[in-house]
Amino acid sequence: MFGAGGGTVSYREMEETDVILLWGGNPRENHPIIFHHILKAVNRGAKLYAIDPRRTPSAQWADLWLGLNVGTDIALAHAMARVIIHEGLVNERFIANATTGYEAYRASVEEWTLGRAERVTGVPAAAIREVAIAYATAPRAIICWTLGITEHHNAVDNVLALINLALLTGHVGRYGSGLAPLRGQNNVQGGGDMGALPNRLVGFQDPLDPAVKARFEAAWGVKLPDHLGWNVTQMFHAMERGELVGLYVIGENPAQSEADQNRTERLLAGLELLVVQDIFLTRTARLADIVLPTTATWCEGEGTVTNSERRVQRVRAALPPPGNARDELWIITQIARRMGLDWPDPDPETVWNEVRAMAPHMFGGMSYRRLEELGGIQWPCPDESHPGSLFLHGRLHEEPRGGPPAPFSVVAYEPPVELPDDEYPFQLTTGRRLDSYNTGIQTAGYSSPLRRREGIDISPEDAERLGVEEGSLVRVSSRRGSVVAAVHVDPNLRPGLVFMTFHDQDGLRTNALTIDATDPKSGTAEFKACAVRIEPCDADAPAGELVAAHGSAVQ
Amino acid sequence: MDLRFSDAQPTAAERAAVDAVLGTPQSGWEGGERVAARDGRIAVAGQAARARRPLLLPALHALQASTGWISEGGLMYVCRRLSVPPAEAWGVATFYGLLSTAPRPRRVLHVCDDIACRTRGALDIIAALERECGPEQHAPTEDAVVPGEAGWLTSPCLGLCDQAPAALLTVAGSNPIERLVGGMTPAEAVAAVEAGTLPDRPRPGLPQQGDRSLRLLRRVGTIDPTSIDDYRRAGGFAALERAIEMGPDAVIREVTDSRLLGRGGAAFPTGRKWEAVARQPARPRYVICNADESEPGTFKDRVLLEGDPFAIIEAMTIAGFAVGAERGYIYIRGEYPLAFERIANAIERAREHGWLGDNVAGSGFRFDIELRKGAGAYICGEETALINSIEGYRGEPRNKPPFPVESGLFRKPTVINNVETLANIPHIILEGAAAFASVGTPESTGTRLFCVSGAVQRPGVYEVPLGTTLGSLIDLAGGPSGRSIQAVLLGGAAGSFVRGDERDIPLSFEGARAAGVTLGSGVVMVFDESADLRDTLLRIARFFRDESCGQCVPCRVGTVRQEEALHRLVRNGGRDVARELALLADIGAAMKDASICGLGQTAYSAIESAVHRLGIFRETDG
Repeated sequence: MFGAGGGTVSYREMEETDVILLWGGNPRENHPIIFHHILKAVNRGAKLYAIDPRRTPSAQWADLWLGLNVGTDIALAHAMARVIIHEGLVNERFIANATTGYEAYRASVEEWTLGRAERVTGVPAAAIREVAIAYATAPRAIICWTLGITEHHNAVDNVLALINLALLTGHVGRYGSGLAPLRGQNNVQGGGDMGALPNRLVGFQDPLDPAVKARFEAAWGVKLPDHLGWNVTQMFHAMERGELVGLYVIGENPAQSEADQNRTERLLAGLELLVVQDIFLTRTARLADIVLPTTATWCEGEGTVTNSERRVQRVRAALPPPGNARDELWIITQIARRMGLDWPDPDPETVWNEVRAMAPHMFGGMSYRRLEELGGIQWPCPDESHPGSLFLHGRLHEEPRGGPPAPFSVVAYEPPVELPDDEYPFQLTTGRRLDSYNTGIQTAGYSSPLRRREGIDISPEDAERLGVEEGSLVRVSSRRGSVVAAVHVDPNLRPGLVFMTFHDQDGLRTNALTIDATDPKSGTAEFKACAVRIEPCDADAPAGELVAAHGSAVQ
Repeated sequence: MDLRFSDAQPTAAERAAVDAVLGTPQSGWEGGERVAARDGRIAVAGQAARARRPLLLPALHALQASTGWISEGGLMYVCRRLSVPPAEAWGVATFYGLLSTAPRPRRVLHVCDDIACRTRGALDIIAALERECGPEQHAPTEDAVVPGEAGWLTSPCLGLCDQAPAALLTVAGSNPIERLVGGMTPAEAVAAVEAGTLPDRPRPGLPQQGDRSLRLLRRVGTIDPTSIDDYRRAGGFAALERAIEMGPDAVIREVTDSRLLGRGGAAFPTGRKWEAVARQPARPRYVICNADESEPGTFKDRVLLEGDPFAIIEAMTIAGFAVGAERGYIYIRGEYPLAFERIANAIERAREHGWLGDNVAGSGFRFDIELRKGAGAYICGEETALINSIEGYRGEPRNKPPFPVESGLFRKPTVINNVETLANIPHIILEGAAAFASVGTPESTGTRLFCVSGAVQRPGVYEVPLGTTLGSLIDLAGGPSGRSIQAVLLGGAAGSFVRGDERDIPLSFEGARAAGVTLGSGVVMVFDESADLRDTLLRIARFFRDESCGQCVPCRVGTVRQEEALHRLVRNGGRDVARELALLADIGAAMKDASICGLGQTAYSAIESAVHRLGIFRETDG
């Protein structure tokens, strides 16, 4: 944030902070390593507040859980800001020294009285007030968020609303205070760091900035395009328009992980060429013209990964890859050579040193030798005498301030694109569970004592109203698709809210229901909110569909 | 560690019992009625809920007392109320002997079969019960039928050794009954199981009743222990008033100068302990009275708690005043219902009369006491295990350091003193350190309570100056009841045997040390020629095996291996004696060196002394 996409705090700070707002995330299940750090704070006496439509296992650890309506995060954040402002708890010194745009921001949140926020979010005003005051008055405080914030059509605005709270209170850039987007995989952070984004080069550099562009063109000896690439969502839109006819997928399974699955499959099947490079024959790979078996980087490859605290760490091959699986660097180099480029034999350290040379402000000081000696280094680490950075943006607290100020952002609350109505009266939100991982490619082959057949979680009140019970089959339909699912009655849900995972896409195609309404700024789809209808499926349902409910999708 | 609840629900009776301890639930999340409009929007838990963790054991007691066992539904309800993961609460519930997570009859007679009672008829009682009432009510196996209305269980020492054999009757229900009675006959035991009746047998008087030199026992048996007016008339609370006049520093100085050593077994200087707590910067600080008297053969603290309860309240309040604590806890073993009742009454009366509360004796000093009940775990007499037990965790000892004076209850500075130690405090304050120290020996000042039981004419608690010889104490108790004395167990199961002819051992800390024994908790158990000491050793070994908390390997494994070796020694006659004794010594050394607490460190002590001092396996040593 404020330029570089990384959490500002370290795990150690999470353990030693005083207040943690867990916003739109269920790390107890989905980020269990991070949650261990959070638990250390809790066991030390830190207060934990969970803001989530569901009372998740993470929320059960919280001092106070706020069960807001799906997609009303900005309303809640604005109301908190208004409380903080009206209670005189803003960090005026920090705002004056380190920020811009406060007056406009203050004016923009003024309409978010507690009463209005309660009506919009569903959370009692007193609870909103309590969290606001606890956050503002804490000596140290951290906001953690995950996909509950970012899988919305207004994801970036959601994030900005949280950043505003940190700027308002000065809870960023100090030890134990900061902003922490939790990463769901061991190297999500590293992927972004390396420029695996359509609008960023390595080290979060802007490919449209002429100086940056010139430097990379000089180093690489090629001309770079003067426009940005497509993100995943834009790629599918381009396929729909017929502009994108060939796709090279590395380590992703969009056939199952993208919203509106029926459409996704149709578009992938319609490509002229689909190449998939993966360690498993995923559902996407099965659609491919060419499959390139590759190595599991964590145990069969060399290189680095970056974790949620921006720590770059070495990865070493422990096993030779099986069969014809080939190292990713090797595959890409071979493709480059077939394209007529004279690339030398790949060597991970050489590649890494190029990363250091092209993004010295972040990685300059991270030689392989130092990464090894220090057990990983947190970026930025510009030179070899730099120890790495425990937290980011300390400069904002320097007086006079180092570097440019951090801007407040005026963002407006917008409800999810699709809200429940008479026809589709239930709000469906999606997520994951502890013992399954994403589309299940890496986990479905293993048994777990906690795993049960994926179905649809509904509140006890809705179960009663629908006349269904644990294990009953229901038909769940959205405007995009329909599936048959088994009911799990879950008291952690309130009436009107239902929950599904996308772990078992072979058996239960949750993403046939979800909507591909997408945030124009981030390209992320609104997996967290769509409207569905639920109907009991009784014995006279077509037999094929009932079978399909156990084995594969219907319709 | 997650809140993974099962669907099991509490019965109305279980719910009521728990609510009586914890209050009414505030939300569906807490186990109350689910109101979707509220419970779908907020849940309050976290630190506030976990701060009530010390109520876990009282809540489990409430379930046990209401139905006779802790059902899954009851456990789930307690866990929801306190935001405690069921797996953890299960760990706590299964830790204690008096709590059962398997169905138990509502009425259970706990028959003491420990070392004192088994030489005085307990085995006859057990035989009669087996004959008349069926086998001991062990935890039923999965296919066992639901237990009947009544059953019986054997129990470790119930602290009534002077009135052996003893039994504790517990009857669960809305008005639960707990009664501890001595002098049981087989017929009485059978009647207790079958009809729930117990003989109405009052506690016997003190053997030294009327002796004007008594200090700690001065009021026991002479005043009404339920009457605060009686206590006041007999000089009660004068020491507290005097202490408040003196101020905290002077009180600590007086206690330090008295050279009072702890009477619980470890003999640590009390004044130093108090001073260490008073010096800590951290607040709040706590005072704990360790009334978890469970060392087999020990019953002196029970006599004080039952007979002079206000003195303990007064002494704790003085301790709190001296070290700057505002809250005290008394932790009484679960097998002492009368002591619990007397202390509970004393706390209530003291509050009423302003000796406890926000303004103690009008001085502005604030101090109050919470009463906690153990649930059948010897290890909870170990101070850090007791602290964990109060906090609502399994009563497993903590590693030391840090010691409780630095990091005790709730990780705050804590004075933890034994009942008898505290009982000395008012005397030190009133008569002064010098006068106190003039009794006893220079190194072991004051008097000491000894629990004389077994083969003597007049068993009971005796108060004598420290340094009195073993022989004169036994003479004071009327001498041996049998022909001669085979052995005397000093200090309890964790102590040592001496020979009957070692009458000259001075009963002082230094005298015991010089003789290679320990005074421990003041146990003096006498065995005459007819006693089967091998059986006693097996019982001691079983005791330690049962009571090991299992946390550290040397003790968990060592106590089992020790019992096995002893069984082989007894069973095999003369075979392999030298090898088994070497093995015992090896196990004993490992337990002593490597166990983290006193239980493992002393589990071989009595056996070692029986082997080396009494030569108990010598005649068969081929």
